[in-house]
Amino acid sequence: MGRDSALTMARVTARNLWKTYDDHVVLENVNLDVADHEFVTIVGASGCGKTTFLKMLLGIETPSKGELLIDGKPIVPEPNADRGIVFQRYSLFPHLTVLENVLLGLEFERSRLLGRLFGASRRNAIANASKLLESIGLASSRDKYPAQLSGGMQQRLSIAQSVIRRPKILLLDEPFGALDPGITLDLHKLILELWAANEMSIFMITHDIKESFQLGTRLVVFDKVRHDPQEPDRYGARITYDLKLKAHAERAAA
Amino acid sequence: MLGALPFVILLFVYVIASNLRFASNTNDKLLPTPSVIGQTLKEYAVEEDTRSGDILLWLDTRASLERIGLALAISAAIGLVFGVATGVIPLIRATLAPMITALSMIPPLAILPILFIVMGLGEVAKITLIVIGVTPVIIRDLALRAGELPREQLIKAQTLGASTWQLILRVVLPQIWPRLIDSLRLTLGSAWLFLIAAEAIASTEGLGYRIFLVRRYLAMDVILPYVVWITALAFAMDWALKWIRAQACPWAEIAR
Repeated sequence: MGRDSALTMARVTARNLWKTYDDHVVLENVNLDVADHEFVTIVGASGCGKTTFLKMLLGIETPSKGELLIDGKPIVPEPNADRGIVFQRYSLFPHLTVLENVLLGLEFERSRLLGRLFGASRRNAIANASKLLESIGLASSRDKYPAQLSGGMQQRLSIAQSVIRRPKILLLDEPFGALDPGITLDLHKLILELWAANEMSIFMITHDIKESFQLGTRLVVFDKVRHDPQEPDRYGARITYDLKLKAHAERAAA
Repeated sequence: MLGALPFVILLFVYVIASNLRFASNTNDKLLPTPSVIGQTLKEYAVEEDTRSGDILLWLDTRASLERIGLALAISAAIGLVFGVATGVIPLIRATLAPMITALSMIPPLAILPILFIVMGLGEVAKITLIVIGVTPVIIRDLALRAGELPREQLIKAQTLGASTWQLILRVVLPQIWPRLIDSLRLTLGSAWLFLIAAEAIASTEGLGYRIFLVRRYLAMDVILPYVVWITALAFAMDWALKWIRAQACPWAEIAR
């Protein structure tokens, strides 16, 4: 991976960030400074702009006011390989096998014209992808289609698919929201392993407070501080709590 | 097997009715008995025509299949390009969608005279008629399907580094193939309709031509087997497309 050297930094800064749709204020005055290789968990009531914030990080929404910077530069207003995403659903390609789903990122990167690798470069990419599949326990399903996998396996695959491009930032939009609690624990382990093994920051939206404490090195809460009962859209949400959590290693030792 | 029952009953009723008519008038034209049909079929499908030396049924079948096959291939190609482009790229959709909608509302048979005037009475006009009749439907169907792909998927592909071109090539097109085949299956009926209409008006061979040729002699003994044969051909094409879909897109069978 030739991009490794460029990946050493991924500092995310929000300065006086606002998002409004006409008269509807979603986010007001959000300030956040996230150093490289943090695991930020984001919680808050529904409709509090968590997803809007994530969409701005992803580049599919633009700030109305203020700045959102990665390494001091304004965020590219279009999704690209710097930022990976795992949605709650629909982020796998149903027409590709498990192996091909993981391979796809490498094929996009290395074959601009056809998006498809052949011969030695394909074997090389398959070796890469297989190693990753092995490490997440999907090696035996490599020739299945996503529809043949369980929900937990699908999310596992979706995470692996994003990680193979080694994004600076991995965005998780309630990735475990639709899964059984037992399966979620396995996935927690997986995401922590991948986070430790890769130079990336993670931003994860969750509804599960316990999960947010367990996984994060940093916990951010979005909430509305001002209310106008006559005009509920008048004020937006801001960051009300921004907690530094102990590193996982320290917690494990304690 | 239960599905065969209505066919058997229909056949049975036909045999009885034709025999009743034959009993009262041995020259009956309307419901020829199976033996008369068999004799005619032999003349058309096995024996060479005394005038041209051709075996008429095969001559007609080949001409019609060539026309409809070529027309469907052209329609599929045009439909795929424009369907995907209008479905995926907003700028192209905004530019072309109203035009395609308007074109699809033109009754194709109404412009058949224009085609004959402009293109002459040859093969081009007939194939063009089928293409004009079928393509807008395919385009609109594929555009809808391409537009229905979950937005999450497209964003995911972008975060994996895909350009628009790569996105179309590796994410959109492969998922459109099965829909294209479904679309072709659904338009088979109208494709045959346009084919027979064009052949009936200006042709020298073809299944539709033959039916309309012998109509003037009330030759039901030719028309009826031809209609059954056309139905069988359409059925076989539909079945073949279904088979191709299952072979080429196994994932689409699994995902449903």
